[in-house]
Amino acid sequence: MTDKTSAALKADQMFINFGPQHPSTHGVLRIALTVEGEVVVKAAPDVGYLHRGMEKLFEARTYSQALILTDRLDYISAMHNNLAYCLAVERLAGVQVPLRAEYLRVLTAELNRIASHLVFFGTFAVDMGAFTPFLYAFREREMILDLFEMLCGGRLLYSYVRVGGVSADLPAGWTEKCREFIAFFKPRLKDYDTLLSTNPIFKSRTDGVGLISAAQALSWGLSGPNLRASGPDYDVRKAEPYCVYDKLNFKVPVARTGSCWDRYYCRMLEMGQSAEIALQCLDALAAPELAPEIMTKGVPKMLKPAAGQAYAHVEASRGDLGFYAVSDGSLSPYRMHVRGPSFLNVAILQEILTGCKIADVVAILGSLDIVLGEVDR
Amino acid sequence: MGIVLDNLPKIEALPGGSIALATSDFLINWSRNSSMWPLTFGLACCAIEMMAAYASRFDFERMGVFPRPTPRQADVMFVAGTVAKKMADPIIRIYKQMPEPKFVIAMGGCANCGGPFYDSYAVVKGVDKIIPVDVYLPGCPPRPEALMYAVIKLQEKIRKMKVKNYHGATALQETGARKLS
Repeated sequence: MTDKTSAALKADQMFINFGPQHPSTHGVLRIALTVEGEVVVKAAPDVGYLHRGMEKLFEARTYSQALILTDRLDYISAMHNNLAYCLAVERLAGVQVPLRAEYLRVLTAELNRIASHLVFFGTFAVDMGAFTPFLYAFREREMILDLFEMLCGGRLLYSYVRVGGVSADLPAGWTEKCREFIAFFKPRLKDYDTLLSTNPIFKSRTDGVGLISAAQALSWGLSGPNLRASGPDYDVRKAEPYCVYDKLNFKVPVARTGSCWDRYYCRMLEMGQSAEIALQCLDALAAPELAPEIMTKGVPKMLKPAAGQAYAHVEASRGDLGFYAVSDGSLSPYRMHVRGPSFLNVAILQEILTGCKIADVVAILGSLDIVLGEVDR
Repeated sequence: MGIVLDNLPKIEALPGGSIALATSDFLINWSRNSSMWPLTFGLACCAIEMMAAYASRFDFERMGVFPRPTPRQADVMFVAGTVAKKMADPIIRIYKQMPEPKFVIAMGGCANCGGPFYDSYAVVKGVDKIIPVDVYLPGCPPRPEALMYAVIKLQEKIRKMKVKNYHGATALQETGARKLS
C-alpha cells in the first residue's frame, strides 16, 4: 500500500458495531469499534446484555438455595463456581469438610477444567476458521459430561459441591470409567497439536497477535491462563492452596510473550496437567483410609452463620474466582460479591484492541476466553 | 426430517412410471420443515447445550438444522438463555430482521418465564413478553435431545400451516396474537 492510499484511508473513520448478536462474541458482548481503514483506533466493550442481578438475588435466597445461582455464573465451568461459593460459606460458618469430599471436589474441578478448555479449544478454532477441532473437542467433552451425569445427574450445571462436602459419593463403576476416559484423552492432546497448534495458518493468525505485556496484564488484573501467558507465574492452586492441592503434584504452564497463541497453548498444557491431577485424586480416593462416609457431615439444611465476613477464592478455568460473603446472622447472606475473572479479562480489550487490525479482533477476543454470564452477573 | 413416501397424499401409477401428486400446502410445508435454519444466537447457559446439539454426538444437521450467522437467512430463532432487559431491544430488532415465515423456540426456563431469576430486577420474565413464541421448551438447561424434540414439535406445527391465509406466519398471527407489542 502506498503512502497516498493509506493517507486517504486514514481520513475516513468508520464505526462498526460488533455484537451483541455475533457468532464470535461467545455470548452477548458488544464492542463499539472505530476503524480507520483496517486499523482499529478505538474499541469500547459494552457489557451488561446478560445482567441478571445475580448479586442481589443472593440476598433473597438461603445459603443452600443460592448455590444454584452460582452454577449459572460461569456456566462452562460450574464446578469451580460451586466450589468457590462453598469455600466462602464454609469459612463464614466454620464448617469442616471430610477429606474424601475434598478429593472429590478437586477431582471434579479438574475434570471440569478440561471440559471448559475443550469448549475454548473448539470455539477458538471456529473463530479462526477451522471447524473440525470443534467436533473433536465436543466428542471428548461429552465423555466428561457423561461422567458428571453419572455423578450428579447434571450435564452442564451440577450443584455437586455442597456446603460441607459434596452431594454424593462416586457411583459404582465411575472410577473405571474415569480412568478409561483419561487414558483415551491424554493421547488426544497430541492430536490437537498436530491438528491445530502447529497449523501454519492458525499460527500466523495468532502468534505475535494481541500481545499483552506482563506489566499490562498485572495492571489490568488479569488472572488465569491469560495472565500466565504473559509471564507472571500466579496460580491460586499454588499460591494459596485450597482443598488438597498442596498434597498433589502438578506444574503450572507459563509462557512469556502473551500472544493469542501463548494464551491458547497455556490452556492446552493445562488440560494435560488437569488429567494428571485427576489421576492422582483417583489413586488417593482408592486408599482405605478414605473410605466412603456421609458426604456433608453435620451441616444443617438451613445454615445460619454468625455475623461476620469471609472471602475465598479458587483457580477457576478462567482465572482467580472469588466470593466475598457477609452475614448479618440471618438465614440469607447480607451481601455476596463475586470477583469474576472474565469481567477483568474483558476490560483489557479496550487497550489491546486499539491499533490492531480488524481481522485480529476476533482472534484476541477468542483467546481471552470470556464467559458473559460471569462478566455481567 | 426425511420424507416418508407413504405419507404422500397420493401416488398414482401411470404407464411409464409413477407420479406423485401432492397439494401445494404439503409440498411447501414439507420443504419448509425439512430445512429449518436457526440463527446462531446464544444468550446464556442454554447456548452451550445448543452448541452441543450441533456438535459430534447429537449432529443436529441430520435434521436439516444448520446454523446461520445472520438473521436474514434464518427461519427459526432459539432464544437460548436469560433475556436481560438490556438485551430485549436487540432481540426484537433481530426478530424483525428475520424473513417471514419465522419461528421462535423459547429454550429453557429463563426464556419461558424467567426461570431461576423469576424475582430479578434485570430479567424479562419470559421472551414471550417481547416476541411471539411457537414452542416452549422447559429445562434448566434442556438437554440437546430436548432441543431436538422442540424442533420436531415445531415441524409438526409447520405441517399444519395453510397457504390460503398465508401472510408469512402461522395460524396464530391471523387471529392477531402474533402482533408485536
